[in-house]
Amino acid sequence: MSDSPVRHVSLRSGVYADSVRLMQVSREIGDRPGVHTVVVAMATPLNLELAAGMGLAPDGEAKPDQLLIALTATDDAELAAAVAAVDAALTARADRGEAQTIPARTIGAGLDGADDPALAIISVPGPYAVAEAADAIAAGRSVLIFSDGVPVEHEVALKRAAHDAGVLVMGPDCGTAIVSGLALGFANVVRRGPVGLVAASGTGAQQVSCLLDAAGVGVSHVLGVGGRDLSEAVGGLATLDALAALDADPATERVLLVSKPPAPAVAARVQEVAAGLSVPVRSAALSPEQPDLTAAVEALLADLGVAVPAWPSRPGTADAVPAGAVLKGFYSGGTLADETMLIAAPALGDIRSNTPLRPELDLGTDLAARGHVVVDFGDDALTVGRAHPMIDPTLRLEAIAGLAESGEPAVLLIDVVLGHGADPDPAAALVPAIRSAGLPTVVALVGTEADPQCWSRQADALAEAGAAVFASNAAATRHALSLIGDGHE
Amino acid sequence: MSEPLGGLLSAPPSIVAAGVEVFSTALRQQGASVTDVDWRPPGFGSPDDLTQLALDPRRAAANRVAVERVLAAGSLLVDVRPAREVLDLPDRMLLHSGPPLTWETASGPMRGALIGACVFEGWATDVADAERILAAGEIALDPCHHHRTVGPMAGVTSPSMWMWCLEDPANGGQAWCNLNEGLGKVLRMGAYNDEVLTRLAWMRDVLGPVLQRAVRSRPEPLDVKAILAQMLQMGDEGHNRNRAGSLMALRELSPSIVGVDAPAQDIAEVLRFIGGNEHFYLNLGMPTAKLAMDAARDVPGSTMVTVLSRNGTEFGIQTAGTRDRWFTAPANTPVGLYLGDYGPEDANPDIGDSAIMEAYGVGGFSMAAAPAIVRFVGGTVPDALATTERMYQLTLAENPAMQIPIMGFRGSPTGIDVLQVARTGWLPQINTGMAGRVAGTGQVGAGLVQPPQACFEQALAALAEESRAA
Repeated sequence: MSDSPVRHVSLRSGVYADSVRLMQVSREIGDRPGVHTVVVAMATPLNLELAAGMGLAPDGEAKPDQLLIALTATDDAELAAAVAAVDAALTARADRGEAQTIPARTIGAGLDGADDPALAIISVPGPYAVAEAADAIAAGRSVLIFSDGVPVEHEVALKRAAHDAGVLVMGPDCGTAIVSGLALGFANVVRRGPVGLVAASGTGAQQVSCLLDAAGVGVSHVLGVGGRDLSEAVGGLATLDALAALDADPATERVLLVSKPPAPAVAARVQEVAAGLSVPVRSAALSPEQPDLTAAVEALLADLGVAVPAWPSRPGTADAVPAGAVLKGFYSGGTLADETMLIAAPALGDIRSNTPLRPELDLGTDLAARGHVVVDFGDDALTVGRAHPMIDPTLRLEAIAGLAESGEPAVLLIDVVLGHGADPDPAAALVPAIRSAGLPTVVALVGTEADPQCWSRQADALAEAGAAVFASNAAATRHALSLIGDGHE
Repeated sequence: MSEPLGGLLSAPPSIVAAGVEVFSTALRQQGASVTDVDWRPPGFGSPDDLTQLALDPRRAAANRVAVERVLAAGSLLVDVRPAREVLDLPDRMLLHSGPPLTWETASGPMRGALIGACVFEGWATDVADAERILAAGEIALDPCHHHRTVGPMAGVTSPSMWMWCLEDPANGGQAWCNLNEGLGKVLRMGAYNDEVLTRLAWMRDVLGPVLQRAVRSRPEPLDVKAILAQMLQMGDEGHNRNRAGSLMALRELSPSIVGVDAPAQDIAEVLRFIGGNEHFYLNLGMPTAKLAMDAARDVPGSTMVTVLSRNGTEFGIQTAGTRDRWFTAPANTPVGLYLGDYGPEDANPDIGDSAIMEAYGVGGFSMAAAPAIVRFVGGTVPDALATTERMYQLTLAENPAMQIPIMGFRGSPTGIDVLQVARTGWLPQINTGMAGRVAGTGQVGAGLVQPPQACFEQALAALAEESRAA
């Protein structure tokens, strides 16, 4: 065995490979354990100089169209194997690789080439939602922002930009919309019809659209605008754009505006604009004077000349209600909770809540406080780090059990919202909870027969557990009040 | 009147969704066409800064203006002149690539090139003398980019070097670049031996004057941009692969070169030199890109990158919305293949103004046009396509003049948006040569590299600050 390495230097004619390929081959051969140095390259002056620097210059004249194979190895066997490996590498078929698709990482990239009409839906964390929404507006597309936690000044900026671009921003914190029959977020399977909804309230829109479905009327579109749209700060920017769009929509014959109590100045402005439209606009914005979404739907039906149906219900037999019973409204829908408080307050007086009608009625964090209480479990403060109660009932089930344990005489009033996005079988968890609590229970069951959960199937299960079930939250609330009234007698 | 909300109320919309998947599932169950965005939190940047820029009412229009100028820019070769004349470059001043630097912070190849230039200009008697005067601060150093100039690798440009002189007829800009020396032991890679200096002298005494007379004798200025457009359809990407472009430049210039009244052996040597240099075109392509990117300078509110550049120590970028401000961070070292028995330990960090090609949307951004390049990192043809696909998501426009056949003749992804770099978390892809770490070595390989993210972090913060102040 020799201490000095053996060398091979040869030139080949009629062989060409790209310099990148040859550098690859050189590295491949150089990685062989028995190989010291290697140059596999076209015999250009530069490469000849490199080879000479490594002591591997070929003898005689080399031409740039010749392939230089020059290497040193530990012994003759390694050398021969390495030269053979060069041949093999030069003729090897390159890996063609797998075709790759590069997914869009932003709404802007996703909308590039999307079929029109296109709509962006954004449910990324609030701080990042604005950039994605701005992409959609810049691309001339409307956007539904499900995310919450978007500062109001950014909401205003987005809605101004959208107005200028002729598109609509639904949201932020918009959970419900139906666009051209497509249910977005938490929405029910509602028949198509002539009524367009502009909704600053998700569960309010669900209640109204389900009642319209039950009346055989149906909706053209439900355009959510976000809960803050009718606030002083936002000034109804999206509401006005949505009204204008529905006014121009041939499928929409009537418009119903659904909202929690709006800022009075904004409500006035919206009313003024609405009066100038060709499509009739009726407001179902909640207020002490107009506390009842069901009544607003009934008024609209009268406008349409449609008879008001008997709203679906399973009133059951009246439970024995103990004297002095209080109202405990445990809600997942904020607007439904508001409606309940507005309807019940004249009969019961002050009702405390985590989303109170007046600031002095704030419950704070004591959800188990005694007396008349309405809790909105869907309020942002209670959904931090957990899913909405329409998906995750845990917190509300705990509250029901806690109420039963406390022994406080009470009528339990709860909402159950069906539809896309909601719990696939809410009765499954509620029935045992209602049974074990043993309290007189009233359920506002918001949904339609066509919903994935099916209204009557859920209603039957809940009624079977002893609850009185109503499709109208206003009717449910009045039933609960009548039970409390009975207990007082 | 057009339909309200772009027809949204006339037919069920196609959905593009970012965020929670349950919504997409429910929509698909209703038969909707749903595209899920592969959204993830931004790679960098505070939510406040990202939102500030996203909502800046000037941004869309400003970026449109910047893009229009970049796309409109042309590139005509109008003259070849010594740097001394073109740049009014005084004695004892050298230009270099990348952001500003000092002798103390200069890397090996940059020092090698500066040394070689001092000896070449006769400012130093030998290497030791050159090192002495450079260390003593007797030679002023300034970035090429500060002089409407670009230079590959070290980019060292001295008064006696001849410059391509290019003009943009659309925006009226001018840009300059020295002549390419070829491969291997060359000044721009940090080599400075006799071979290098002899070649530079020949370029000064023979090549430059012949090219000047040839270019001046042409009936029409050479359309350099048109060559770049053709290269992309011939397997070049215009940065690491300039074969077709170099041959086309030779084809265009050779009748005029042959017509120059000079000794036949000089003419022959000039043609042999150009024909033997696969990167001859690079020094024409770079000022072409420079013309386009300079046209987009100073557009307040624009988030477009106008400069990507490296000096061998730091990477520096500039944006249209932040004037001449540099955002710098330590340069990465390219990954790739090595010449001879050089290896990764021999490679210097990223160096050269040539990343202006990527700023312009070619080079690594048009990798799909030159799949051979991905083999530097063991990649396959689909990798090349995927790289260009990603770059489309970083850029503001597609350049209709620079079409990539395999992408369905889609225009090259052009105009890097700092905001999109942040939001996608993807960094620009750059194809590059590799210089030896030790001064005097020359080229050791070629490969792929990315800019440090920190440059873009600083640029984003500065753009947001400017936006708040506006």
